Amino acid sequence: MWSKSLLWPAVILLFLALPFVIDSNYYLSILIVIGLYTIIVQGLGILMGYAGQVSFGHAGFFGLGGYTVAILTTRFDWSPVFALIAAVILPGLIAAIIGRPTLKLRELYLALGTMGFGILIHTLFNEGRELTGGPSGISGIPYLSIGGLSFDSDIKFFYLVWAVVLLVLIGINNLIRSRVGRALRAISESEHAAETAGIDTGKLKLKAFIFSALLAGLAGGLYAFYITFISPSPFGFHTSVQFVLMAVVGGLGTFLGPLLGAALVVLLGELLRWVIPLVIPGAGGEYEIIFFGLILVFLMIFRPKGLGAFGKNLKPPAVKPSVAPE
Amino acid sequence: MLLEVQGLTKHFGGVAAVRDVGFEVSEGTIFALIGPNGAGKTTVFNLITGILRPDSGFIHFLGKPLDGLKPHQVSAAGITRTFQNLQLFNGMTVLENVMTGAYLNGKTGFVRSLLRMPGINAEDKLISKQALTLLSEVGLESVADIPAAALPFGQQRLLEIARSLASGPRLILLDEPAAGLNSAETKTLAIFLKKLKQNGLSMVLVEHDMETVMEVADRILVLNFGEGISEGTPAEIQADPEVIRAYLGEDDQIA
Ligand SMILES: Nc1ncnc2c1ncn2[C@@H]1O[C@H](COP(=O)(O)OP(=O)(O)OP(=O)(O)O)[C@@H](O)[C@H]1O
Ligand SMILES: [Mg+2]
Repeated sequence: MWSKSLLWPAVILLFLALPFVIDSNYYLSILIVIGLYTIIVQGLGILMGYAGQVSFGHAGFFGLGGYTVAILTTRFDWSPVFALIAAVILPGLIAAIIGRPTLKLRELYLALGTMGFGILIHTLFNEGRELTGGPSGISGIPYLSIGGLSFDSDIKFFYLVWAVVLLVLIGINNLIRSRVGRALRAISESEHAAETAGIDTGKLKLKAFIFSALLAGLAGGLYAFYITFISPSPFGFHTSVQFVLMAVVGGLGTFLGPLLGAALVVLLGELLRWVIPLVIPGAGGEYEIIFFGLILVFLMIFRPKGLGAFGKNLKPPAVKPSVAPE
Repeated sequence: MLLEVQGLTKHFGGVAAVRDVGFEVSEGTIFALIGPNGAGKTTVFNLITGILRPDSGFIHFLGKPLDGLKPHQVSAAGITRTFQNLQLFNGMTVLENVMTGAYLNGKTGFVRSLLRMPGINAEDKLISKQALTLLSEVGLESVADIPAAALPFGQQRLLEIARSLASGPRLILLDEPAAGLNSAETKTLAIFLKKLKQNGLSMVLVEHDMETVMEVADRILVLNFGEGISEGTPAEIQADPEVIRAYLGEDDQIA
């Protein structure tokens, strides 16, 4: 009992002390990026692991959040807090609009539909020069300040981002254990039975989609305030694929899966970028991708349910047939 | 009339799975739908519950058409069902399965759930209490906290019935509830169905076990190749030569 109840507070305290131990901005920035990605993958995990829908367009919502902050603060002089709120709401609104037709699609078509959306948004960032600054982006984004507290250092930002991660974790934990959470789990087990229980599966999937877009927008907004500069390149299709990868590698329907998945994919990326040139001199980015793929394949063979699938699962991942039942 | 079905027709490709089927279920009765394998019984259920759309025909429930309603709207109207090939929420506990069946009785939404707003725990406690009561009625109280997938098959069938009852429907559609049950379990099931009827619940029962059908049903419709070939009381059906012919070569014998 004792050891169990003290484990989590101890882990959290140790984690919170990290910025004082590591005095390198490089490591701190990696932890911040992991935190931001965790926020996105937490939302995507609800969509994929419970509502049983995949999205290959979440970098689009991530970017929308980032550009909303960039444009509103630099071009329209919005206060950072309001810009951040808009960065959450706008992706949610767009998800509500595109979600209805898109979520009617199944499997491969849904993947293609969301992918198309992501690519469209990315293209708009590149081409909408007057508003987005085109490929060179927007610089001079102010620091985020909330009621006089300015998040102007990496350490402050570290705490902000991980506080958000923790809040989202608590929220999702509440959600999964509630009436709505049971309904989401029901959808991933049997859509017909869920409907028979009176669950409007279409509407609930849409809500999960909107929720995941809101979180991606929030992460995007925070990202813009953190880097204080934004350009289209971090929001391309490959980023969307990475988010899906993080969700799957971490383990769908698991509590810590999003965090573990985000951490693994980010750390692995950094590690390979550093190791591969030592092993294969003059090797370019394509080798990274090959090794990346290999490591992930091994991981999925030995831990098919993802890294987070230890101890108590929230629920097994979604597999669902869609034909009329016998 | 509780449920009225008229001229119901559904084709798959060129084949008529259900052709011009009509029947009426009065409140507080058990109506049985029987027929050889592939006769179209499950398809009738899928048409009533909105999983499939009829090519033609009418379905009225409490005097109102069910046309175009989605399955969850049919449930909200008061019709729930069980599935021939069990569709339990396997990863959830037995209790959670029934609590999910009571989804319509709660009102906590997405945002309130995320924030665990006050009142949620009270609602959940109430629903869990009602679910436990229901579980004790089918004798599953002691296994409430184990995963549904871990139950023996017979208890899984009972759990599906309990789940279909949880929202308090007016009519339930039972698709072969006795399939896979041993004879003791089948007897208990028949007693339970009669008790539900006494409490005022109406049922449409699809079942191959003729003993159970003859015992519990008030009226029976026999389907063969998608068409209704005979309708009447159990005694009338047992005496109908056409029915006996339809069943020749089948494993199931009229009792
Ligand atoms: N979704 C579907 N697509 C194509 N054909 C179907 C579909 N559902 C049922 N059928 C066909 O319709 C006919 C009636 O099937 P149905 O499942 O309704 O029979 P049933 O009376 O329930 O049989 P059983 O006693 O075996 O459960 C069968 O020939 C079946 O193959
Ligand atoms: Mg059938």
